[in-house]
Amino acid sequence: MDFKTLKSEAEREWKALQNLQQPLIQIGLGTCGKAAGAEEVYCAAQKTLQQIGQPGRFMEVGCIGMCYLEPLLAVRKPHGPFVYFGKLDAEKTEKILVSFLRDDDLLKEWAVCTLGEETIDGIPRFEELPMIKPQIRIALRNCGLIDPEDIKHYIARGGYEGLRKALGMHPEEVIREIKASGLRGRGGAGFPTGLKWELAGKAPDPTKYIICNADEGDPGAFMDRSLLEGDPHSVLEGMLIGAYAIGCQEGYIYIRAEYPLAIKRLETAIKQMNQYGLLGQNILGRPFRFQLRIKEGAGAFVCGEETALMASIEGGRGMPRPRPPFPAIQGLWGKPTNINNVETLANIPAILTQGASWFAGFGTEKSKGTKTFSLAGKVKRTGLIEVPLGIRLGEIINQIGGGVPKGKKLKAVQTGGPSGGCIPFDLLDLPVDYESLTAAGSIMGSGGLVVMDEDTCMVDIPRYFLTFTSEESCGKCLPCRLGTRQMLDILNDICAGQGYPEDIALLENINETVQKGALCGLGQTAPNPVRTTLRYFRPEYEAHIVNKKCPAGICKPLFHYAIDVEKCNGCGVCARKCPVRAVRGDKKKPHSIEQDQCTKCATCYEVCKFQAVLVC
Amino acid sequence: MHLVHFEQSPLQGRLDPEALLAEMQVRFEGRADELIPMLQCVQKALGFLPEQILLEIARLTRLPAARVFGTATFYSQFRLQPVGKYIIRVCRGTACHVKGSGRILDDIQGYLQVAPGRTTQDGLFTLETVACFGSCALAPILVINERVYGSTNRSKALRLLSDMRGG
Ligand SMILES: Cc1cc2nc3c(=O)[nH]c(=O)nc-3n(C[C@H](O)[C@H](O)[C@H](O)COP(=O)(O)O)c2cc1C
Ligand code: SF4
Ligand code: SF4
Ligand code: SF4
Ligand code: FES
Repeated sequence: MDFKTLKSEAEREWKALQNLQQPLIQIGLGTCGKAAGAEEVYCAAQKTLQQIGQPGRFMEVGCIGMCYLEPLLAVRKPHGPFVYFGKLDAEKTEKILVSFLRDDDLLKEWAVCTLGEETIDGIPRFEELPMIKPQIRIALRNCGLIDPEDIKHYIARGGYEGLRKALGMHPEEVIREIKASGLRGRGGAGFPTGLKWELAGKAPDPTKYIICNADEGDPGAFMDRSLLEGDPHSVLEGMLIGAYAIGCQEGYIYIRAEYPLAIKRLETAIKQMNQYGLLGQNILGRPFRFQLRIKEGAGAFVCGEETALMASIEGGRGMPRPRPPFPAIQGLWGKPTNINNVETLANIPAILTQGASWFAGFGTEKSKGTKTFSLAGKVKRTGLIEVPLGIRLGEIINQIGGGVPKGKKLKAVQTGGPSGGCIPFDLLDLPVDYESLTAAGSIMGSGGLVVMDEDTCMVDIPRYFLTFTSEESCGKCLPCRLGTRQMLDILNDICAGQGYPEDIALLENINETVQKGALCGLGQTAPNPVRTTLRYFRPEYEAHIVNKKCPAGICKPLFHYAIDVEKCNGCGVCARKCPVRAVRGDKKKPHSIEQDQCTKCATCYEVCKFQAVLVC
Repeated sequence: MHLVHFEQSPLQGRLDPEALLAEMQVRFEGRADELIPMLQCVQKALGFLPEQILLEIARLTRLPAARVFGTATFYSQFRLQPVGKYIIRVCRGTACHVKGSGRILDDIQGYLQVAPGRTTQDGLFTLETVACFGSCALAPILVINERVYGSTNRSKALRLLSDMRGG
């Protein structure tokens, strides 16, 4: 089938779906949806429709971004908009569907929003939700809206148009377009994508490779997973365009094995591409051939680093090597290789179809376009978002994320994972772009945003990251192997109440050595969490070292729990829940804690509804 | 390269090693870059990498045994020890850490009386930690075999385990 026929068929099917004469039910069955119990909801929905004898069409979609509302279900009746319902379970699903579909009574109080041209009084539109309003979706343009396992949905929404356009251009023209868009790599370093392609394109060797880096090793980040699960073709189309631009015929997707659903979606997508002539010889009738393979990672953070990644594809230990030579000159099996991140690639088709200047119209002078973030941690609305670069940090946390839950205070925002840093609460006006984040001592990184409240200890956080980096250090070079271990030892001592005032200077000293002496990005950036917390939260270090106190109540040897007699009303919940019966007290009278029995398990602190348990 | 997808099963010994090796000889050519996929294939079938099979893979790929063992021990996905009926994996990613996954891990460790990476004496549970499952929005995350549990807490986690022990 040629592309024109395929496209008109896809459009016909998509239109038929829009004008369906029976209810259409969409359910988010991404990994986060499943973790929240979406499969039960799906079964319940199917059963309910059978019970009430209502025919309906079911469609699985990826993540629409409102993860905190999972499991999510969208129901559309003929001639109406989609109505989203969130935080469902089997029972609630049945109630909603019976009421809405059989009795024609929409349970408005349970509806989250509507999506579509029509509106319903009393229910906000999707675009108007505070979480959605500041967002602009380019990379995520199809996520949550199409069936990721149906290539026709992707094509009906303009998919593979970018490739078609690119194949009609000279490869150099394609590269010029990407350069003009100002797109920078979304995998962490922010290197200009067009420039990278140009270097690979100029390499004279006729055998070249393109690799999609889907390792997503940063803990706390899930943008790439969501994108691959929700819209795999956008990433693959980006790869094809890149391959054409640099003149290569073979590509690899390196994806972590912890993402089985994303792997499955990629396999399905590749099968469909083969079926419709989007892979192989003479793609779209042009003299362009391309072949794609999936390589599963095996659980090593360092394999996200490009030279380690290539070593891993070749079948060995994933250990980085010095650069130069850069992969663009000497990469996989010694051949010129271009490596791009998942999100970088997903932007490419949009740039080709809509134009470089359209893309460059978003963002700031030096940081163009949009960036996806995974918003997690102590924030009300966790999820997957995409915002124009340059947006203020406070807008992301308070408007999109709804602020910190349970009336707690915002303490810091962690960006960039183990390579990044903690930005303190008073920098909420900071524009989120590559330069500003770097100036604040953190980095953009791949887009993990973890919000931290007052219950987070700012000495424990760098300790946590160093536990991670010291375990993940490949061990090849000494500054990283020993330095991360040393820093961790010092932080462990401080958290155990055995820190010395000199430790801070020592930490700063090791930081510098590791940063300067390490071979790859893992070691070079491993000190960042320590550096930023020392910069912004030094008094907390001093509290640990000098006063032997952990104000946040995390480092067990440095605090104890006590009950505030003023606030305690003697409800007895804490006493019932304490696993070692360390809480004493009579009913309706203030309780107290037997310190020598208490294991500091935090149960009483967590269960007391009156904030009567104090950290001392 | 072939994509081998065995039914993921943590149950040890469902496929006998002989049959598995025969199967591998059909599916793989024995190139060096197939080493990791081969190890993944064995682990998917048996739940771990027995020593004899690693030696067999070294023979098939004509790689030094040290290279095969070196690769198998470098990646955290691979296990050289058999696993229990249930593999309990606690996420230790940033979002989960901030939301208290350390305490959940402590509780589970106390309940099962094993350290991460170990299997209980009765062979029922293997405890592991993972760097991040990518479901951070629903932190803290617990994965038991292939099933992901989002927004867990300490009491939910312990209830799940005691149900499994009892049932
Ligand atoms: C230790 C380490 C881990 C990395 N992990 C990833 C990763 O998981 N995903 C990714 O896209 N890039 C990762 N990178 C960055 C890549 O090496 C590389 O810069 C990127 O994939 C290039 O693509 P881009 O230009 O499109 O951003 C990592 C770098 C280092 C040093
Ligand atoms: S910096 Fe660390 S991870 Fe990178 S090569 Fe050196 S030891 Fe390995
Ligand atoms: S739960 Fe809180 S209010 Fe109730 S007895 Fe304990 S400390 Fe007092
Ligand atoms: S911290 Fe734990 S052990 Fe201590 S009193 Fe509270 S519930 Fe009991
Ligand atoms: S931090 Fe636990 S799933 Fe990502």
